[in-house]
Amino acid sequence: MKRNLTYVEAIREASDQEMDRDKSVIVFGLDVDDPKAIQGTTEGLLRKYGAERVFGTPLSEDAMTGAAIGMALAGFRPIHIHIRMDFILLAMNQLINIAAKYNYMYGGQINIPLVVRSMIGKSWGQGAQHSQSLYSFFMHVPGLKVVAPTTPYDAKGCLITAIRDNNPVIYIEHRILHFQKGYVPKKLYTVPSGKARITVKGKDITLVGISYMQIECQRAARYLEGAGIKAEVIDPIWLSPLDIDTIVASVNKTGRLIVVDNDWTTCGAGSEIVSMVLEKLQGKRVIKVRRLGFAPVTCPPTPPLEKLFYPDGRGIASVAFDLVKGGQSKWVPDEQIDLKEIEFKGPF
Amino acid sequence: MNAKIYRSLYRIRRVEEEIGKVYPTDKIKSPVHLSIGQEAVSVGVCLALDSQDIVFGTYRGHALYLAKGGNLKKMIAELYGKATGCAKGKGGSMHLIDVAAGVMGESAIVGTTIPQAVGYAYALKIKRSSSVVVSFFGDGAVEEGVFHESMNFAALKKLPIIFICENNFYAIHTHQMKRQANPKIWERVKSYGISSERIVGNDLFKIYQHVGNAVKALRSGKLGPIFFECTTYRLKEHVGPNEDYYLGYRTREEAEPWLKNDPLQKLALLIKSKNRQEIEKEVEKEIVEAFAYAEKSPFPKGSELFTEVFKD
Repeated sequence: MKRNLTYVEAIREASDQEMDRDKSVIVFGLDVDDPKAIQGTTEGLLRKYGAERVFGTPLSEDAMTGAAIGMALAGFRPIHIHIRMDFILLAMNQLINIAAKYNYMYGGQINIPLVVRSMIGKSWGQGAQHSQSLYSFFMHVPGLKVVAPTTPYDAKGCLITAIRDNNPVIYIEHRILHFQKGYVPKKLYTVPSGKARITVKGKDITLVGISYMQIECQRAARYLEGAGIKAEVIDPIWLSPLDIDTIVASVNKTGRLIVVDNDWTTCGAGSEIVSMVLEKLQGKRVIKVRRLGFAPVTCPPTPPLEKLFYPDGRGIASVAFDLVKGGQSKWVPDEQIDLKEIEFKGPF
Repeated sequence: MNAKIYRSLYRIRRVEEEIGKVYPTDKIKSPVHLSIGQEAVSVGVCLALDSQDIVFGTYRGHALYLAKGGNLKKMIAELYGKATGCAKGKGGSMHLIDVAAGVMGESAIVGTTIPQAVGYAYALKIKRSSSVVVSFFGDGAVEEGVFHESMNFAALKKLPIIFICENNFYAIHTHQMKRQANPKIWERVKSYGISSERIVGNDLFKIYQHVGNAVKALRSGKLGPIFFECTTYRLKEHVGPNEDYYLGYRTREEAEPWLKNDPLQKLALLIKSKNRQEIEKEVEKEIVEAFAYAEKSPFPKGSELFTEVFKD
């Protein structure tokens, strides 16, 4: 019987085991020590490790990010938690001007081992300021690492890797993924940075799904099976450093690439992946590419509009079908109950 | 003691003047924000600190770096962009560092190092360390949101940190009165529950004494933070080695009292001329050596461009 945990439990276990192993690991952020304990991801840590190593902070994202950097300079390994990615915009100066630059700017003498955990929301009216991913902002800047694990297994392994990394790591959690269950070993293990995973083997088209869109890509692959198309699905896991070689090898085989981003496409992770693949394969192979992602608008909370804002499995399958078949059939598979989107319930 | 203070003040002043002399040759390709006129604050504060105490500063950080014991040769080499610089030529004048001396860096973004100093102080507190952190910033920084966030957190956690606001009255060319509704910075800080005091007129001895008492109190377990607003005056332009009265945003008359009250000149009168000459001779020799070291040091190799983006 395999040990199944939720994504939330996997994060909590990684934090607990690392805090137990290494006294320099400390956890803080808004509401970290409140009764809801960041959806349960920090539950029990205060009781076990005390208020000096686990504490809620004032609503001061900017200063608390700077303080995290100061703690890192003094030998700690802080995990700074933001319950929304959108709040990190208040901390960009410290992340971009300081955390990303200190090791380089000071000739390798001081470095910032820092994990910034941040959540992305979707559905149930998250709306304009509770839905943004923004991870391409961080991919853009040298000196930051970016990871967006999809499975509970990767959630634990990547968090442990991030905590042990001697550099700032932006760790991105999609709220819908929080409820996913999957195999998680009890032991401490790491999921190495800069290594993608092929989650579905195929030969006709490569689907790269980032964060939650990995789930939609796997649904799309199932829909495509019904149409006789074998999609290969790749989860990059780490966006920076990015394992472009695994993606290139796949596209070299399939000749077709769709990157489905959990973000806007303009200047996004998908744009970067497509560019890198084209650069590497130009002159060797003619390929077809598409980027899918958020509609180029602000995320609306009302359900009928919000549904159109995000790509979904059937929509991805439809685009993939035409890319493989070469026409403009606008084929859309019938919805399968077992591939239906998981409904997210409030109040959050 | 007077001799020690004089040496420190004289050394900083002369280093800055030499930088000013070399600057037109373009050998220093780095914006320099000289400390001339403001040396007394850094010297007075750092005199009260030990080497294991930690300071965070600003882009106008030469005085702090030197007063805290930062290596002079490495500083000049850094300004020259040489591989032997304190940051291997990757930092420049605005980002001096000497970890062994407790100089943990400066930032070109106003107010940015304040929360780092606060975080460092939090770490010292939970490590039960007897060291203290001193955060230096200017009057412009107190207008940044992060200043207020940092004051609140430092006061909330009662951290072993001393804040030094070097109020030189100008943010680049704009006077404090045009920027702040209530210019009594030290008074506003009290509202956070922070012990706060203003020391006016580049009063080095008073700064040393009062900061010294604050350091002793923090080491003996008194709860921080402690705040000092020290008024001072920048005698050169915001960036660069020249005077800037011609711009018209301030007058030479405004600067006169500060020139007359120059702590360096005042202290010189307290030291026997023979001692003074000895100190000056030694410092001059050290400065000549530091510039020669920078001149003959190699530039970084091209491969250095790609190193240290990440720490292994």
